[in-house]
This record gives sequence, structure tokens and C-alpha cells, in this order.
Amino acid sequence: MVFTRVIPVLLLRNAGLVKTRKFRDAKYIGDPINAVRIFNEKETDELVFLDITASPQGKNPPMDLLHDIATECFMPLCYGGGIRNLEQIRNIIRVGVEKVALNTITHEKPELIGEAAEAVGSSSVVVSIDVKKNVFGKASVWTRGGTLNTKKDPATWAQEVEKRGAGEILLNNIDKDGMMTGYNLELIRTITHAVEIPVIACGGAATTEDLARPIKEASASAVAAGSLFVFKGKHRAVLISYPEPETLKALFN
Amino acid sequence: MIVTVDYGTGNFGSIKNMLRKLGHASVISSETTDIMAATRLILPGIGAFDTGMKQLKATGVIDALNAKVLQEKVPVLGICLGMQLMTCGSAEGQVPGLGWIDATCQRFHFDPNPEKLKVPHMGWNYVYPQRKHFLMQEMHPEPRFYFVHAYHVKCNRKNDILLQTHYGYDFTASFQKENMMGVQFHPEKSHKFGMRLLDNFVKQS
Repeated sequence: MVFTRVIPVLLLRNAGLVKTRKFRDAKYIGDPINAVRIFNEKETDELVFLDITASPQGKNPPMDLLHDIATECFMPLCYGGGIRNLEQIRNIIRVGVEKVALNTITHEKPELIGEAAEAVGSSSVVVSIDVKKNVFGKASVWTRGGTLNTKKDPATWAQEVEKRGAGEILLNNIDKDGMMTGYNLELIRTITHAVEIPVIACGGAATTEDLARPIKEASASAVAAGSLFVFKGKHRAVLISYPEPETLKALFN
Repeated sequence: MIVTVDYGTGNFGSIKNMLRKLGHASVISSETTDIMAATRLILPGIGAFDTGMKQLKATGVIDALNAKVLQEKVPVLGICLGMQLMTCGSAEGQVPGLGWIDATCQRFHFDPNPEKLKVPHMGWNYVYPQRKHFLMQEMHPEPRFYFVHAYHVKCNRKNDILLQTHYGYDFTASFQKENMMGVQFHPEKSHKFGMRLLDNFVKQS
């Protein structure tokens, strides 16, 4: 039986690792290469790196850093941030990254999803969808690092990116980001019921037990988390951790 | 010299990185002269079957590969699509494969599908050895590997099957016939399990 994937999402800012709350207040937590080495030791299922400043600042993906990360990383790796064209996608795959995560560009040039799927295979193309509620409680898709409201309905948008060739959806809930209050299961359910492709649920995990809920109660295919794997205790002391293989086995069975 | 065959599709960097970590120098090349000098060959690959075969042909290395693998019997390891290209062909396309192994490739199909299994089969899964072989020597007792694939190999000769994995049903995760080995999973992305397998391939074959 295939294992449920549990994926640390690590945020990059100027070649350093940071962690946010509601996509803001980025706190420096350390060196990305060092983090990869620790996650190697812990036999982590998969890693996602997102450069949170690339798209908002119009920067290109940090290719030298990605090369260094991929060289150290002996688990599947996904990168997102500042990807705008096929050439960048091919270069990212070439340095040893398995998957690319597309977000901002999918709202400006949605046909890139299909072109990328054709070029590198749809299982290497992840579309990242960030969702936030407005003051009236209505959820919509945000982009450009959570700074621009596209006003798109999350489920409708998820269906469109599936139709265009996305292999997976990385679903992040901005309201839950870094808050460690549990996942937004209702949102996850809405998306997993709308599409057939795997949905990676992200945003809100506080405990190892939380990781099982999107899978068991909302049909997610995989779970991702940030704070849970980089902080320890209520004072958010930096400590990189990952559950033991036996713990994860027991959690999902 | 270990040569990873570069025909434009595949995760060459990761394979080289893991071999380097294991202390084995390797080159990534599409040059016939390098392939003819190889003592170990790795055939990687991702993507569609026909695209892969066409690119392999366009690279002009097939004659050299046939000579090395079929006549000189140099150990070869196919990874993911690379494994599938070693068979006679795939339901994914029309182009014949290299035909080294008496097998074909078919898409995962679950009918009925009570577990709602998705295609591609993506993630970590256990492998179950069907016989003893040096690739799995001194392997962890519960070996698991990272898979991403929508098609899988179906061997016509049961004796060629080395590892099986269960996803809806049992399928061939690895085959081996003489000097020819193939793995459906990605050893280069499978932590200590993949390192052991690649090290065994280099040292034992």
C-alpha cells in the first residue's frame, strides 16, 4: 500500500529559510542546506521549497541555491516561486528538482500549465492555490504571495487547473498559515470533491495527530506543514523535526 | 566508468549526486565514445514512452547501447521510464522499445476501484523481493522506494521479476535478466534504500 505523503513546506527569502504567519511576519529560521541534511537524516517523504519573495519582487528562481539544495536532497523535491516560463521549468527539473509549483503565472498565463505538463510530464507540475476568506467569510483565491485577490472561487479554479493539465494541487489556506490551530477541513473537502487529481493540504497543522485529519476526513492525498516541522513549543523555538516512520505508519493506518 | 545516458529526458543530476555521495564518480553523456567505454550504464527517464524512444533514437546511441548491453554484457540499470524502454513496447504509444526484456508496459487500471486509487501511482511504497539478488543485498528489512508512474511493466517471463509492489494489485517494480536490471521507482530519491541499491549495482554487478 502506498504511504500517505507528509511534506514539510519550507519558505525561502534571500537564500535563508523563514516561516510566516498568515503569509506575513517572516521569521528567519536558518540555512536551507542544513535543513535538507536534517530532513535526509529523518527520511522525510518529500520536500517543498517556496521562494516567497520571488513573484512579489519579480525575481527569477534562485538557480544556484536550487542546484545546491537538489545536490543534497535524496528525497523528492518540489520548488515554487517566480516561475514564469518553460525555460525556467526545464532548468529547474534539470538541476535535479522533481516538481515545479506554479502560482502567480497560472493567473496571468494559464496555458503554461498545459505546456509545462507536456514538457516535463504532468506529475511534475504542481499548481499551488492560496485561499483566504474576506471579512464576510467568502473564500477566494489569492496570488502573488498572498498579496493579490483574484476573486476566483477556489473549487472552480481547482477544476480549471486540473483541466489544463496540473498533476497535483498544493492547497494552502492563508488564514491558517503558521497559526497552528489545525487544518481547514471544510476548504480541503470542497477542493478534493471538485477534482480527481491529488490534493496536498497545507496550513494549520499543530500536532502530528492533525496530519491525519485532511486524509481521513477530507479525502486529501497528502499533507503538508511548515511550523510543525520547524518550531517546538509555544515560544516557537527553532527545531527541525519530522515524525518517525513508525509514528506515521500508525497514524494513517 | 559509470555512464548515465543523457537523451534529454530524466533526472540526471539526482543520480549523479547520489553516486557522488556514495563515492562513485560518474559521467552524464550522450556520446557514443563514452558509452562504448562504460563499465556500468544507467538509463534514466521520465515522461511519455514514445517521446523517450524517439529522443533515444535521435541521440544516436541505440546501436552503441545494444552492443554494450547485448554483446559485451555490461551491467545496465534502467530507472522509471528507462526501465520501461528496455521492454518490447508500451500501451502508451506505438514505438517499439529496445526489446531487451520480454515484457510490455500497461497503464494502471482498477475495476472496481473501492480504494479510489489515483493514477499516477505517486509516493513511497514497499517492494517485495521475489528471489535473492545482489541489488537487494544488505537492504533494510522493510525496503521502501519513491514511485511516480502511470504505466507499469508486465513481464512475460516470471523468472525475470525481481521485486513486486502492491498498488491495487501486484505489479513488477523491478526486473533482472543476466546483466540487465530495471527499477520502476527512483533510487536516487529514496534515501538510504536507494543508496544501498545503487551502491549494490555499482559494486556487485
